[in-house]
Amino acid sequence: MECQCQTAVEKGEQFLAVDRIVKQVGNDKSNLIQVLEKVQHELGYLPEEVQSYVAKKMSVPLSEVFGVVTFYALFNVEPVGKYKISVCLGTACYVKGSGKIIEEFQRQLGVKSGETTEDGVFTLEACRCLGACGLAPVLNVNGKVFGKLTPEDVGGIIAQYKDAV
Amino acid sequence: MDFYRSHVLTCAGTGCTSMDSRLVRQGLHDELAKRGLDKEIKVLETGCFGFCNMGPIMVVYPEGTFYCQVQQQDITQIIEEHFIKGRPVERLLYKGQEAQATTEMENIEFFKHQERVVLSNCGKINPENIEEYIAEDGYFALAKCLDMTQEEVIDTVKKSGLRGRGGGGFPTGTKWDFAYKSQSDQKYVVCNADEGDPGAFMDRSVLEGDPHSVLEAMAIAGYAIGANKGYIYIRAEYPIAVERLGIAISQARELGLLGKDIFSKGFDFDIELRLGAGAFVCGEETGLLQSIEGKRGEPRPRPPFPAVAGLWTQPTLINNVETYANIPRIILRGADWFAGMGTEKSKGTKVFALAGKVNNIGLIEIPMGTTLRTIVYDIGGGIPKGKNFKAVQSGGPSGGCIPAEHLDVPIDYDSLMSIGSMMGSGGLIVMDEDNCMVDIAKFYMEFIQDESCGKCPPCRIGTKRMLEILTKITEGRGEPEDLDNLQILASNIKNTALCALGQTAPNPVLSTMKYFRDEYEAHIYEKKCPSKVCQALLSYVIDPEKCKGCGLCARNCPSDAISGKVKEPYSIDQSKCVKCGECMARCKFGAIDKK
Repeated sequence: MECQCQTAVEKGEQFLAVDRIVKQVGNDKSNLIQVLEKVQHELGYLPEEVQSYVAKKMSVPLSEVFGVVTFYALFNVEPVGKYKISVCLGTACYVKGSGKIIEEFQRQLGVKSGETTEDGVFTLEACRCLGACGLAPVLNVNGKVFGKLTPEDVGGIIAQYKDAV
Repeated sequence: MDFYRSHVLTCAGTGCTSMDSRLVRQGLHDELAKRGLDKEIKVLETGCFGFCNMGPIMVVYPEGTFYCQVQQQDITQIIEEHFIKGRPVERLLYKGQEAQATTEMENIEFFKHQERVVLSNCGKINPENIEEYIAEDGYFALAKCLDMTQEEVIDTVKKSGLRGRGGGGFPTGTKWDFAYKSQSDQKYVVCNADEGDPGAFMDRSVLEGDPHSVLEAMAIAGYAIGANKGYIYIRAEYPIAVERLGIAISQARELGLLGKDIFSKGFDFDIELRLGAGAFVCGEETGLLQSIEGKRGEPRPRPPFPAVAGLWTQPTLINNVETYANIPRIILRGADWFAGMGTEKSKGTKVFALAGKVNNIGLIEIPMGTTLRTIVYDIGGGIPKGKNFKAVQSGGPSGGCIPAEHLDVPIDYDSLMSIGSMMGSGGLIVMDEDNCMVDIAKFYMEFIQDESCGKCPPCRIGTKRMLEILTKITEGRGEPEDLDNLQILASNIKNTALCALGQTAPNPVLSTMKYFRDEYEAHIYEKKCPSKVCQALLSYVIDPEKCKGCGLCARNCPSDAISGKVKEPYSIDQSKCVKCGECMARCKFGAIDKK
């Protein structure tokens, strides 16, 4: 359960962001996914009250918004860490041992795939093919790609970002 | 116009960008400017050359010198040696197996067997500059089509024999004809760029390297079927492709090549981008249409086909990126030219993403009918580290694994089907002796389970049951009847799933059961994994001959399973061992082995 004690000001800001985005993209039903993408880009994730506000602004039932949010892998309903580590589990990476890489991350971070560390620094997830198969196995941390990995590289990558916090 | 004595083409595709080609390009640019050479030598960015594991790639013209794995620290040497003294930097040239450095791209084995039609502009033009596309006869095909009748355009596509490059291989011209014949005031043209097949990146490279070819083809399709609105549905995971498409669309609009009254022929056509949000099933055409409409991307039964009732129930033509990219070339060079390449029923070329356990990884384009042996051994340069070839997986989660006995089959749509796989979008993943085929089958089933939209029970529940059986087998709990059960489930899912993704989901299991049954049997009857992949079936043992008794393994064992006296051979208690492999990784004497 996420924290419910947000101040009215924060909520107001979230709703202002939604207002602005809906106005910019257009409130036609077919723009729902684009609106949600942009809202998530600004807020980091899509809490229930934001989903319900989007539903109101776009005249779509909340059930449909929730249906879309939970259907697509891109959307998060929980806050994500400052750094998102996406380990590629596409076939080319898998045959070159990316399964071992994600296991090592799970071990060192103490979280399962899809979870966020307690300090909110890292979210670990598996993704399917970044299209950088020439570098397999690869992973992506907030857009930066690391390639030709071995389980020994895992500690260094975590340390590099931990130091930056 | 400025004249330069040299042009440096640097790859700005995803592979090379991931290897910091941007920094190399910027560094070269700055250094040339510092030395006052920037008026003589021009640094350009291009699309993908295809030779991804040799990146970052740089080609210097007019000589055509092909440099690979160029790093920032190499810049000074390239400038001093190549641009000032006029001799290539030997160290950065490609060295194949013959260990002889090759200067030109054409002489490299990886490129020699290729026939670049769809990829002809990739690695040649700057994808962010429409004028370079026009200089390569870009938008001439559209101009030509606007002087033809709609029927003539469709006829040309039909005669070329082009088939859908997205997987199914449906004749493209016939599809256009259906959409043309559907009566409606509003029709749509859609480009499927939701390349979700793991290990495939053909469409991404075309969009990154030659985005205008797709825009031009969509406009041609729009004219042919009578549509004036197009959508490109592209994965959000491809940020560079999305950016370049955006630039391309706005440049085409500026020059009036998209928009109202194109070429003053009274034809209107415009294109919008729609980003996918990470759902594999949206690659299925009816799922994709739902997603463009802003809904959950759940497929629906066909008929009606999209050509009759697609986007907002209007007639809609959907083709994939590579299919479109062929169109301008077919229009300009003629249907006969295209039909002259390939096999009897599969014309033209096909782009494949070659990856996995093969020396040369990258993007290749070959005439249909090329054998897998040529692809894996000549273009791909064989298997690394002298390992034995085991299989090639084609068609992604809908395809199958092709064993060594079929390496000489000329590949096209039909031959791949007949050996239990399929063309799919064009991912080719090479596997060697270290890959366990039961584990690979399980990997694909996990993928399908993750990505099943859940609408129809055969896919939602059936693949779950198959995954449970495969997990059981890899964990050493397999029973003899499991193989029969897998077979029964597979045939039920094939016959009853709602969409093509569900119907083809059992293929990786069926093909591995057909060609690698011995591996399944070894897991079930002998409780052994012949490739030593499935952890539960392995035991770690210490070779007393090699063990020096240093105790490093025992200190690092998380379950205290290793004991012994210093300077005497240690041993592993199998009942405590959790098979993490830490001891084997730590041992400095190679004394620990998996059995």
